[in-house]
Amino acid sequence: MKSIKILLKQTATFILITTIVCGVIYPLAVTGISQLFFKDKANGSIIEVDGKQYGSKLLGQKFTGDRYLWGRVMYDNTGTYHDEEGNALYYAGPSNLTPASEDYRSLITERAEAIKASNPAMINQKVPVDLVTGSGSGLDPHISVAAAMYQVDRIAKVRNISTEQVEDIINQYTTGKLLGVLGEKVVNVLEVNLALDGILN
Amino acid sequence: METVIQYSIYLIILIALAIPLGRYIGKVMNGEKVFLSRVGRPCERLIYRLLHIEESEEMTWKRYALSAILFSALFLVTLFLIILLQGILPLNPEKIDGTSWHLAFNTAVSFITNTNWQAYSSEAQLSYFTQMIGLTVQNFVSAAVGISVLFALIRGFVRTKTNGIGNFFVDVTRSLVYVLIPLSIVVSIGLVSQGVVQNFKSYDTVQLIEPITTEDGTVVTEEVVPMGPAASQIAIKQLGTNGGGFFGVNSAHPFENPTILANLLEMISILLIPAALCFTFGRNIKDSKQGRAIFIAMFTVLVIALTSVAVSEQFATPQLQGSERNSEELVDLSTDGQAGGNMEGKEARFGIASSVTWGVFTTAASNGSVNSMHDSYTPLGGMVLMLLMMLGEVIFGGVGCGLYGMLGFAILTVFIAGLMVGRTPEYLGKKIEPYEMKMAVFVCLATPVAILIGSGIAMVIPSVADGLNNAGAHGFSEVLYAFASAGGNNGSAFAGLGTDTPFLNIAIGLCMLLARFVPMLATLAIAGSLAKKKKIATSAGTLSTSNGMFIALLIFVVLLIGALSFFPAVALGPIAEHLQMIA
Repeated sequence: MKSIKILLKQTATFILITTIVCGVIYPLAVTGISQLFFKDKANGSIIEVDGKQYGSKLLGQKFTGDRYLWGRVMYDNTGTYHDEEGNALYYAGPSNLTPASEDYRSLITERAEAIKASNPAMINQKVPVDLVTGSGSGLDPHISVAAAMYQVDRIAKVRNISTEQVEDIINQYTTGKLLGVLGEKVVNVLEVNLALDGILN
Repeated sequence: METVIQYSIYLIILIALAIPLGRYIGKVMNGEKVFLSRVGRPCERLIYRLLHIEESEEMTWKRYALSAILFSALFLVTLFLIILLQGILPLNPEKIDGTSWHLAFNTAVSFITNTNWQAYSSEAQLSYFTQMIGLTVQNFVSAAVGISVLFALIRGFVRTKTNGIGNFFVDVTRSLVYVLIPLSIVVSIGLVSQGVVQNFKSYDTVQLIEPITTEDGTVVTEEVVPMGPAASQIAIKQLGTNGGGFFGVNSAHPFENPTILANLLEMISILLIPAALCFTFGRNIKDSKQGRAIFIAMFTVLVIALTSVAVSEQFATPQLQGSERNSEELVDLSTDGQAGGNMEGKEARFGIASSVTWGVFTTAASNGSVNSMHDSYTPLGGMVLMLLMMLGEVIFGGVGCGLYGMLGFAILTVFIAGLMVGRTPEYLGKKIEPYEMKMAVFVCLATPVAILIGSGIAMVIPSVADGLNNAGAHGFSEVLYAFASAGGNNGSAFAGLGTDTPFLNIAIGLCMLLARFVPMLATLAIAGSLAKKKKIATSAGTLSTSNGMFIALLIFVVLLIGALSFFPAVALGPIAEHLQMIA
């Protein structure tokens, strides 16, 4: 019995020690180093121009206007977060739908047809899969190169600029594969749109 | 072709890092000198002094087990209270209230057992205090406990005619000081450099370029930007095969996993320690061939799984092509200028290859973090992920517990092989007798029993069926996956199932406890019994446990138990759905 008591005391002390080391010292040390060396990145990679915050480079926004580059399909969530005055804030999540059901087929058909209708120049081309599917986070900031190029003609026409100008901007905000092989070549949707609007250059 | 190179690179990096790390961990756990000793030794000594223990003090298996259980139980109560009371605790800028008691129970169990099943959505339901003081700490210690129990078992094989199998506190301390904490610091700084957030600010808001009008007519003009000490938690949830994300969508979230380099760091971290421990095992029993044999067995199953999921996801489903059957296809699924394939629930920057590799690593390793939504995988792709968990999480498995689980299967295999050739089974020079066999059966069968009974009961509860977001066979798969995840102490989910209900929280919680502690106690019992035995010399009649024959037999036994236990359930879920899909 006495030995159990000792063990209990040791265990409690051990819990205290591990909590302080792993739960306090470790995260504080990492925070300190991060804020010192990667201040911008540790705080959300916010795009700030002339004192105004235009979004995080890493969080997708929803674009539906013809003058903008569209991203992945977004499932809106305007119910979870609110600002101090109680106004709804935008957030998004994944669909968690199975891609093997007939309901899903109808959903994809509907989306693909709508996208073709908005991009009349591409009516004879199949729609890149990124444009009709939701992402894993629901907040995917990127889109594939194929999906971006699909929209060039539409954006150029609405904005009355040349397709080369749109392509240049897209290329400027395209990230290649790591070491040329890992991951995918992707376009940052928000940055392209801010550049199209002349906010980023 | 290029994707094949991508898969190969991931596997090569893994092996190249696991071998030296394995040697390092072996030295650490034996108390040998390593390059971190200058910093580590003083920390170690201080902890032992505070605990009033001698480093050389040995424990019997019963005392070792009692320490592990007490340690986990006390932490369970602490964590339960933290989650319940987070509303009045500090570091809560979003003013999040405590959760319901059953969600607090489920979450506490989930982190104690190294499962990290998430019935909650973290950025909306947990405070920074809970995430840091509660969950991050558990990510460290539950992994350290796994490593410790593995070493107790290794000592059982190595030692002769003794009762001692090591000291629980010393083992946990060494795992933390020399392995888990230093690796986590390196990985977390690497992650922040890629854009993972690490701060204590309240959530930020930014202007939306295009305002959104919701269905009820409200106009939303701002987007929320979640914040918090994410990187420090993500590093250890990957390394410790915990998997509980700082954000609800886990490592699919761009703030958890912003770039392909961050993805590489996190993904390799999933399997790094479990793979390294195979080599540690070989080194510390002084027969590296034995460690290599276990590694090859695990690696073979991993590669088969990886190939099948990769093919399945790249080919996608006929439904993804859109349009009516047999008419013109509307959607481009090719790899021209894009990843192509089944991109539902996958991030553009990861594409198919980096999502699938992660999916297979995380279910093989009982990690459970995700960078793509497994609920939206093709039926067969999702099935393979589920099977990896159903095999008892022994294809690398959790840190420590994966390998001791696999050694349970190895004992089972020598027993079966022994029956075939009519010899007394022995493994690593120790005779395997009925007692060890009984315990090995507990190790191997705890997972299937927990999964099948759990999901069986859940399916007859009406409220569970109401929580499904996909109907029919896929709905059943969602429930089966949930219990497979709990029973494998994995923690990943077919997230479409709404699991925050009293019944599911408790049922899944019990499932996790059973699957964690039954094999752990049985393993320690084996360790205690083996340590008492004398070594028997190898003779011409000894069955080799390091050749190709044994590796094949071991894989066969693992698959056989998995197949026999789960075929009926899998046939009703993913297989049925696949047949409907192609019908």
